[in-house]
Amino acid sequence: MSRIRRNSRLPLFVSIFVMVFLYAPILVLVLYSFNDSRYPGAWNGFTLKWYRTLLEAHTVEARDIWRATRNTLTVAFSATLISMVLGTMAAWALYRFRSRLQKFHQALIYAPLVVPDILMGISLLMLFVNLSMKLGLTTIIIAHTTFCISYVALVVFGRLQDFDHTLVDAARDLGANNWNVGRRVLFPLLGPGIIAGGMLAFTLSVDDFVVTFFTSGPGSTTLPVQVYSMMRRGTPTLINALSVIFILVTFSVVIVSQRMIQKRNSTHSRV
Amino acid sequence: MDGFIELCGIRKVFPGQSVPAVDHASLTLKKGEVFSLLGPSGCGKTTLLRILGGFEIPDEGRILIDGKDVTDLPPNQRSINTVFQNYALFPHLSLWDNVAFGLKMAKKPKKFIEDEVDRMLDMVDLLDQADKKPHQISGGQKQRVAIARALINKPQLLLLDEPLAALDLKLRQRMLLELDRIHDEVGITFLYVTHDQGEAMSLSDRIAVMNRGKIEQIGRPMEVYEAPSSSFVAAFIGDTNFFRAKVVSTVSEDYSMLAVDGLPEVLAYNDKKLQNGQQVYLSIRPEKFRISREAPADPTHINMMRGKILDIIYLGSNTKYRVQCDHHILMITQQHARFLLDMKPFTWDEEVWVSWNADDGYMLQRFEESDTNLLGIPPVEDTVP
Repeated sequence: MSRIRRNSRLPLFVSIFVMVFLYAPILVLVLYSFNDSRYPGAWNGFTLKWYRTLLEAHTVEARDIWRATRNTLTVAFSATLISMVLGTMAAWALYRFRSRLQKFHQALIYAPLVVPDILMGISLLMLFVNLSMKLGLTTIIIAHTTFCISYVALVVFGRLQDFDHTLVDAARDLGANNWNVGRRVLFPLLGPGIIAGGMLAFTLSVDDFVVTFFTSGPGSTTLPVQVYSMMRRGTPTLINALSVIFILVTFSVVIVSQRMIQKRNSTHSRV
Repeated sequence: MDGFIELCGIRKVFPGQSVPAVDHASLTLKKGEVFSLLGPSGCGKTTLLRILGGFEIPDEGRILIDGKDVTDLPPNQRSINTVFQNYALFPHLSLWDNVAFGLKMAKKPKKFIEDEVDRMLDMVDLLDQADKKPHQISGGQKQRVAIARALINKPQLLLLDEPLAALDLKLRQRMLLELDRIHDEVGITFLYVTHDQGEAMSLSDRIAVMNRGKIEQIGRPMEVYEAPSSSFVAAFIGDTNFFRAKVVSTVSEDYSMLAVDGLPEVLAYNDKKLQNGQQVYLSIRPEKFRISREAPADPTHINMMRGKILDIIYLGSNTKYRVQCDHHILMITQQHARFLLDMKPFTWDEEVWVSWNADDGYMLQRFEESDTNLLGIPPVEDTVP
């Protein structure tokens, strides 16, 4: 490993470059959300009217956006909750049992992370059609749960890797039954991992486009799909405003979940 | 009272292993005693402890506490508590809550819990740290919290799984005294698992030496050291010198003469009533030998032979000598009252007399060649004629 001189400016330039690369497009979007013009490209002055239209839901467009938002949140919360339960159970099974079946299980857990979204979307659509399920919120929730489980399971499984199983022995030794072991030891210690996994799942569900596109039906449009269709009809101004709100929400969720993961890590390393 | 806790014929084979981890182990603990399971790592002592704790179910055998069979009871229904090797303190709870855990599980009244936890923390001298989390305190303090936590439910038996293994030497010595004090204070039966013979000898009323899943010997520390029942025990507890020997003649009811290749005939105490012609192993502890320039004045009951000093290892409180007698190389430890003043110290290659009392040579019938490698005993150089 070659070392960079301590007084080198290179790290500074690299980080500025990366920041610009990542955030310049977002910055443009944020700026245009305050632009008093229907069309991008020309700056006509500062306005908050797009935010006002959006928040007061005067137009059909704005109402569509809010319905899509409601759908998105319904899907995201349901998929997150289901995958938190199932993902944690999967992680526990992987941690406690080391049979050949579990090795296969582990490989399957990883699969949704590497399988392209488009494949998942098509295969889920084919499945739902073959089962004659009506496409709607239910099918989207099922579809999102399939990949969210993997993320929750992996985060919780990671936590379990540094989990000291003698703590369970100690709790049982001191008279705890299974319920108390779960409530007093496992949940307090694994809870942050489960919640962090859930937050990751939530953000993935909220901005998923491809899988949702294939598995949604009329009236069950989620935000990313709604945004896409509005962009095609050429009315990006409301979307700019919406995106800024969207970015703020997503960022804060990600930051909180990162904090929780870091907090767990730092307390653990000192034990 | 005897037979307070009884283990009868415990056997455990882990799946996928051909050798049993514990093989027909039986022992009886008396009420209030400190009993040690001593053995090298992998000898099955921790498995036996986990079986007692209820974390493993034995394939065969029963466990009785006060005559009641607890073999199939889960850990939370046994009146046995454990101090784990890595302490296993709950990282998310304060020291106070760690200690209170057992009483909360037992659903004791709040006031009672508060008083008891304060009392236990006071006993281990940690009352002023009660609000700290486990990661904020030192190893020795964690150890004391673990002991307080395990004792608070007043178990009939406290299991200690190598409790001092993670501490440094000085702290270990302090904790040994502390454990002894706590034991005197609570009077609960302790079962102490360790691979450190020093800990076991200094703390225990009785010791069971384990090897390859079997209990080789049970006895008071002095008995185990002075009268080992097998070559493994002789070699594992302290150091020893082994000689391959043959009983040649009977001197009196209790004493026989032994022939050792290359040495003059040796007088030895024959407590096992071995017949003439039998092959035995003679074990002599390094400190039982005496090295001198002149032959001992009174040769009755004394064995003596000539030897040459190969190595001198000065250790402060004593000195170790490697002495060659014929083709045997002996390890000898000598105390010295005033090393520099009393006499001219021995030097390398000096010819000396090596002598020992007949009662200090111990005859062993069983000898496993594999122990030699396991314990790093210098092999007995034996030229088969």
